[in-house]
Amino acid sequence: MRKVYIYKGFERFWHWSQASLIMFLALTGFEVHGSYSIFGFEKAAEFHRTASWLLIGLIIFAIFWHITTGEWRQYIPTTKQLKDQVIFYISGIFKGEHHPTQKTELSKLNPLQRLVYLGFKIILIPITVGSGIFYMLYKTFDQNNLIVIEDYPLASIAFWHTLGAILLMIFLVVHVYMTTTGKTPTSNINAMITGYEELEDEDNTIENNNNQTNETK
Amino acid sequence: MQYIMNKMLRNLIFIVTVLVIALIMVNIFHHEDNYNLKLEELKHKYALKEIPSVNHTLLPALDKEFKTPQEVTEACLSCHTETHKEVMASSHWNWERTAYVEGKGITSAGKKNVMNNFCLGTSSNEKSCSKCHIGYGMTSNHYDFNNSRNVDCMVCHDNSEEYLKGASMAGYPDRTVNLEKVAQSVGSPRKSNCGSCHYFGGGGNNVKHGDLDVAQNSCTREVDVHMGANGMNMECVACHTTKNHQISGKLYSVSPDNTNRATCEQCHTNTPHLRDVLNRHGSKVSCQACHIPVYAKVNSTKMSWKWSDAGKLKDGKPYEEEDSLGNHNYMSIKGSFVWKRNVKPDYIWFNGTAEQYLLGDTIKSVPVKMNTLHGSYKDHSSKIIPVKIHVGDQIYDKVYHRLVQPKLYGENEGDSAYWKDFKWKEAVEAGMKKSGLPVSGQYDFIQTEMYWPVNHMVSPKEQAVSCAECHTRNNGRLAKLTDFYLPGRDRNKILDGFGTVMFILTILAVFGHALMRILSSIWKNKYEKQIINYDDDKPTE
Repeated sequence: MRKVYIYKGFERFWHWSQASLIMFLALTGFEVHGSYSIFGFEKAAEFHRTASWLLIGLIIFAIFWHITTGEWRQYIPTTKQLKDQVIFYISGIFKGEHHPTQKTELSKLNPLQRLVYLGFKIILIPITVGSGIFYMLYKTFDQNNLIVIEDYPLASIAFWHTLGAILLMIFLVVHVYMTTTGKTPTSNINAMITGYEELEDEDNTIENNNNQTNETK
Repeated sequence: MQYIMNKMLRNLIFIVTVLVIALIMVNIFHHEDNYNLKLEELKHKYALKEIPSVNHTLLPALDKEFKTPQEVTEACLSCHTETHKEVMASSHWNWERTAYVEGKGITSAGKKNVMNNFCLGTSSNEKSCSKCHIGYGMTSNHYDFNNSRNVDCMVCHDNSEEYLKGASMAGYPDRTVNLEKVAQSVGSPRKSNCGSCHYFGGGGNNVKHGDLDVAQNSCTREVDVHMGANGMNMECVACHTTKNHQISGKLYSVSPDNTNRATCEQCHTNTPHLRDVLNRHGSKVSCQACHIPVYAKVNSTKMSWKWSDAGKLKDGKPYEEEDSLGNHNYMSIKGSFVWKRNVKPDYIWFNGTAEQYLLGDTIKSVPVKMNTLHGSYKDHSSKIIPVKIHVGDQIYDKVYHRLVQPKLYGENEGDSAYWKDFKWKEAVEAGMKKSGLPVSGQYDFIQTEMYWPVNHMVSPKEQAVSCAECHTRNNGRLAKLTDFYLPGRDRNKILDGFGTVMFILTILAVFGHALMRILSSIWKNKYEKQIINYDDDKPTE
């Protein structure tokens, strides 16, 4: 066991500010959608717009960070041990088995996380943010000579935006729950707050891992 | 180094969080102060005041006794030698405008031939209706529109408030009017000049428009932010600018085309708000839609007029009944009415073109639309405008399937006027004879609707319609306009249903998974404890 500085300062700032922005956007967004009333439509729409610009700015920084640090490689999808990981969550976790994959600084994400987070980054966020930008800039042609997205109906833009929001909320629930599946229920969240996490020694292979488990039994 | 970075980051996050919370709090709890009327007083004090270039009391041409109003006109024309040509080219004089109407071609429409669902139409009732014609002596539809002597200069230009057109006197002034005084006090038209006709259309104050009320001569800025005496105190002609006696602005109960309009944008530009999101609304929403939350703010306006109830007599005599606010709700000569005050407008799409029901048109749909305002969401030049919809019923010819024009006004009993004899058949025959259209003799009453764009009684900005009054799921102001997606009102119900189910299933799945983890760990602990107990019992090898 060794204590490793796994989540860098910017990474944690990005993660938590993105998390709070997405939750705030959901809160105000579903009010704009008409689901409930908290701030009132006018304020909700205004807050939603401001928060959306902040999120767009944050995403631009995050993309820059991913590219310059090479951290984007963390998300290269792999099918190796993907099945093991799924089976672990379906059954192994109840039998007290260890994670089938090992977390290291160079490979923070297990195969399932890689796939889900990649989908989050290249499908879910682009759908939601893209449709959001279209929604925000939606204009029609008139005497003001405003720029047009006229022939794409607002109902479709709103559909994609709402779909993205719903999927994000489902992601949020599952994501928050999955953080409890670490070594202890709070170890993953602690790591994302402090940046440090206790990891297995790197030279430990999975076989060793399994042997250890057997020995302890 | 790491420590300093961490500390900096912590401080940064703290500052950002505090700022965000502060911003949210300011947004939630900040309320704007009431408008400071001192600003209006200052505007009045330092405004450029119009000084008339001529003092008409000094002119010898006007310093005489006028026997007839035509003599006044002649005196005016002795100096303003060509002005009658401008006046006689106007719709105020001609009671019609020539315009191209799609599907109909070039048509002339105006008070001459357009019908309405108030007093129905001018044809055969000229002597009474021409109280609001800027001329003298219109007693029938054989009026000489080329006689400049009959132009009434005074009704618009009298600044003494003395002038008054007589009731049913074919446009002649009341006999009490001192013509010398009026002639010597002429000037630019004031609210009271325009209002003497435009407030009283339909036979009483605020009957027709709903947003043009005699109260606007002297009202607060809450009633009309432009005309309010404690506000800008503007005259009608400040916005309804005029060139060669052609007054800009028009009413779509009589006008079909989209030319020479008076619009808000002419002063306020089409980007008047500081907030871009509001300016962008302007591509589909008219200024009036948000800035006139209610109309008929002082006196009631007529919302419904049922001619089918007319003709009830008490002891063989016509009678009248009033509602609690003193408005007639029944008159034997006219039927029953519904009046309303502080009315929320209806909203429709409008692109500036309209079509009117002209005398002789065949009825296409029920209720009969006395005027159709064109427009739709898909039409680029259409905007949502507030309207007053005046409903009612009126007499029509069952065989020819068209509205008919009865003769209503008459001087004596027995000359077939409905208001004297209460006989529809004779009144219709007399009314239609002048138009030259055949009648079948079989009549009934048919539902009608008339659309009156609401443009006046603009409220101060603090009272503008708020976002949530339209962007709301149920009973919003735009609930009836369903041909577009309105955020906050509309949603994809299938997606919402699917989303809700998926979200609930996800939460259930997560809780189920968590429960199984907890149960399995409890079970495992027990199992391990049993093993340990078992080991304890046995002596170690």
